[in-house]
Amino acid sequence: MNEDRELPLFEIPRGAEVYTVSELTEEVRATLEGAFDAELAVRGEISNFKHHAARHMYFSLKDEAAVLRCVFFHPANARLRFAPADGLEVVARGRLGVYPPQGSYQLYVSSLALRGEGELMAALERLKKKLAAEGLFDDERKRPLPRFPRRMGVVTSPSGAAFRDIRNVLARRWPGITIILRPAQVQGEGAAGDVARAIADFDEAGAADVLIVGRGGGSLEDLWAFNEEVAVRAIAASRTPTISAVGHEVDWTLADFAADVRAPTPSAAAELAVPVKEDVRADVAQMRRGAVAAAAEYIAGAREGVTAARGSYGFRVVPRRVDERRQHVDETAARASRGVGHALVAFRGRYAEAAGAFRALSPAATLARGYNVASRDGRTVKRAAQAGAGERLTLNFADGRRAVDVIDGEAEDIAQKS
Amino acid sequence: MPKKAKATFEEDLARLAEIVAALEEGPETLDEMLALYEEGVAITKRLQEVLNEAETKIKKLSRDVNGELEVEDYDEAG
Repeated sequence: MNEDRELPLFEIPRGAEVYTVSELTEEVRATLEGAFDAELAVRGEISNFKHHAARHMYFSLKDEAAVLRCVFFHPANARLRFAPADGLEVVARGRLGVYPPQGSYQLYVSSLALRGEGELMAALERLKKKLAAEGLFDDERKRPLPRFPRRMGVVTSPSGAAFRDIRNVLARRWPGITIILRPAQVQGEGAAGDVARAIADFDEAGAADVLIVGRGGGSLEDLWAFNEEVAVRAIAASRTPTISAVGHEVDWTLADFAADVRAPTPSAAAELAVPVKEDVRADVAQMRRGAVAAAAEYIAGAREGVTAARGSYGFRVVPRRVDERRQHVDETAARASRGVGHALVAFRGRYAEAAGAFRALSPAATLARGYNVASRDGRTVKRAAQAGAGERLTLNFADGRRAVDVIDGEAEDIAQKS
Repeated sequence: MPKKAKATFEEDLARLAEIVAALEEGPETLDEMLALYEEGVAITKRLQEVLNEAETKIKKLSRDVNGELEVEDYDEAG
């Protein structure tokens, strides 16, 4: 260019040697897009990441000296298994293109991956902090497990070791329980979403008293679904008490923080979920023995009370009361006999014994046998010596009373004669 | 609709413990003792029904052709 030449005041563009903006841009586009492969890969650090309304993602990839603008459209970006954020080192694959309205070139991203496991852990930490700040891992949110679940929901792969282990432990500890499996994909793309849907299904159907969600051991990548936001949120939101059971003892995923209880393994989850039936059976048996013993002791005490009381009271009241008691005891013996087990049979035996004692002791029974009993002023007169000549006594028969006067104070002692 | 929902296993177990404690403390009357004991017998029967269930059942939660959730028997082969 001739810098000495004066800058022209005006110029009339003539023909093909002067481009329009669009024409130049179009040539740039053709040249640029033709120069690169249909798909290329670029690594760099994410900056200026924007993701409005969960739609398209706009960001830049940068290194020390340059910046590349990127766009990752929805719905393709929904398949991402981590949350992109500024600072993350990634590898982006896509097509280089020109965007005429902005006069810029950009990478139309088709896939995005974290560069190395270090980045994976960094992304994980970031997500953990975000969810913790929302309170998803708070203790207050955690639901207590029911002590005796009748229906155990399980979200796992039907063919994996986890389901087999859970079944075995449950069948051993609490046979008779109902296990409800909702098969789910537990690794790879789509697994997190499937696990989330499975948990929602259990809530919607109200089908389980408690859930075990998990899988057997594997690599970080194998377990990754349980670190993905959609699965972790679903576990936190579950209205059914949920136990996480992912991998081995040393494996911790975000799902473990979100669950109501974390189990180190699927077998351990089943152990946490149900008690040992035999232990409970023994407790119940012990309680039943306690009840029988206490009731029998009560009866024994009552019987002694009857023996002590037999010699005193007036007749008008006691015979009727004792009859009522006898009927009560008979009814109880009948009820007791409907029970099960030796203990209840023994109990009935004791009741019958008490009933027999009541009956034998009953003054009404004595009268019914034909004897009569003398009384004065409501008190029994048991000895001739207590009845003097001229006294008025009452003779009590089974069917009524008669007033009598004592004529002779010296009647023979009948007992001595026989 | 029953006035009282059926007691859960856990509730029955707790009530049985209460009954034993009340019997051991010594009821006021024979009637009270009989009532407690009878309730204990009924509860024990219910508890034992659950304890004696021996068959672990496996079921599956899935959606039917209409998209409705249902719990059905689990076919191992399927």
